[in-house]
Amino acid sequence: MADLPTWKTINHACLVFTPGNTVEYLTGDWRSMRPERTDEKCVKCGECWMYCPDAAIYIDENGYYAVDYDYCKGCGICAKECPHGAIVMVEECE
Amino acid sequence: MAKRVGIEVSIAVSDAVTLCDVDVVAAYPITPQTHIVEHLSESVANGDLDAEYIRVESEHSAMSCCIGSSAAGARTFTATASQGLALMSEMLYIASGMRLPIVMTLATRTLSAPLTIWGDQSDVMSVRDCGWIVIFAENGQEAFDMTVQSFKIAEDERVLLPLMLCIDGFNLSHVIEPIEIMDREEVSSFLPPHNAKYRLDPHNVLTMGAFTMPEYFMEIKKQQDEALKDSYKVIREVWNDWGKRFGRTYTPLQTYLTDDADIILLIAGAFAGTARIAIDRLREKGIRAGLASLKLWRPFPNEDILRELGGAKVVTVIDRALSVGGGGGPIANEVRAAFYHRDKRPDIVSYVAGLSGRDVMSEHFEEMMEKSLEYSQKKEIPPYEMYGVRE
Repeated sequence: MADLPTWKTINHACLVFTPGNTVEYLTGDWRSMRPERTDEKCVKCGECWMYCPDAAIYIDENGYYAVDYDYCKGCGICAKECPHGAIVMVEECE
Repeated sequence: MAKRVGIEVSIAVSDAVTLCDVDVVAAYPITPQTHIVEHLSESVANGDLDAEYIRVESEHSAMSCCIGSSAAGARTFTATASQGLALMSEMLYIASGMRLPIVMTLATRTLSAPLTIWGDQSDVMSVRDCGWIVIFAENGQEAFDMTVQSFKIAEDERVLLPLMLCIDGFNLSHVIEPIEIMDREEVSSFLPPHNAKYRLDPHNVLTMGAFTMPEYFMEIKKQQDEALKDSYKVIREVWNDWGKRFGRTYTPLQTYLTDDADIILLIAGAFAGTARIAIDRLREKGIRAGLASLKLWRPFPNEDILRELGGAKVVTVIDRALSVGGGGGPIANEVRAAFYHRDKRPDIVSYVAGLSGRDVMSEHFEEMMEKSLEYSQKKEIPPYEMYGVRE
């Protein structure tokens, strides 16, 4: 904590002057279950993308909806909503 | 030119707010504060005051609106009392933590139950640690003057804190007094337009009140604590400046005959006026009595307390609030704490009196002070006493 700001140097009232800086905070490590997609079952409908409350799903180079594990908190909504059962939640093991 | 008029104190406060040219008033009516916001709505309606008047559904919403408007850089005012303050209390901490210079008049009133509408200071004491500057006015002129001063103090870049100006409900809010009302030129020469250093602005973005992790929170709180303590200097500066301009100078402890006093009575708010009569009567009886009227509650004027009360043998502190189950009056306990590490300290006698509009007359003050002297002579100081309670 020694390199963190002191009460004198910290921003007045903890104001944040850099917009959108929450991307620097990787919330993926909160996760205890991770969503995994099976390409064979995915029809690229995009429902997981629409339902994800953390905007942690993006379209990869093959047009599939992929999970951004830096920000996915493992809530499981995508797995629940997927109409084709293409997403399953598996335990984080590391 | 200032004009001396007979006017209800609530209306004078409302006129002061109009003269300060506030941008936003968000308020919900509650006795005994209602006349202030009622009159302000008239001032907005008839064009005397060019402001947004937001009628809200509760005091929680009133303070929430004030936080939003102050964050956007608007000069913001509200008023409340009692249960209204209690309902706001969640948002009071947000306003001070975000360092927003909102000014609020509190027409102090008892917290129920039992249901009561009368005055004491239990409401303000219930939010003692909310991080606002808290000032007590003693009479109508002070209520007017201090309203104008409040914006200057709160908005000062060295302060940037919300300010609560307490006027005793009914005993002050509903009485008609001769008050010198300044004119627009006088007020605007004293109070510059509010130019918020930090404000919500789509062209210059910032985030207020963001989520904070444990490794940052304590530094932020320390910064806030230091800012509130440091506001003392600005408060004194503004009060002295007012004195130079208009001839009425305020101090954290306004003293009366304390220089040679053996016993000093300390009280906050309108009852100090009545207590003055008791001091004169005690002096006639040959008792060297004095009075200290507490104007500044937060930041707590520790040094003034030690300096002004330290020479007396006995200090009688009267609280119009009770720390239920905690041992007396909140002001008395802080005064005791201030003196604890001093070798030479007065005996401090704590009375809780005048709860919920119970009248405290000059002879009652006399009796409390004479009893305080007896306690001191017998060296039997009770922890506190509720004055006048039927046994």
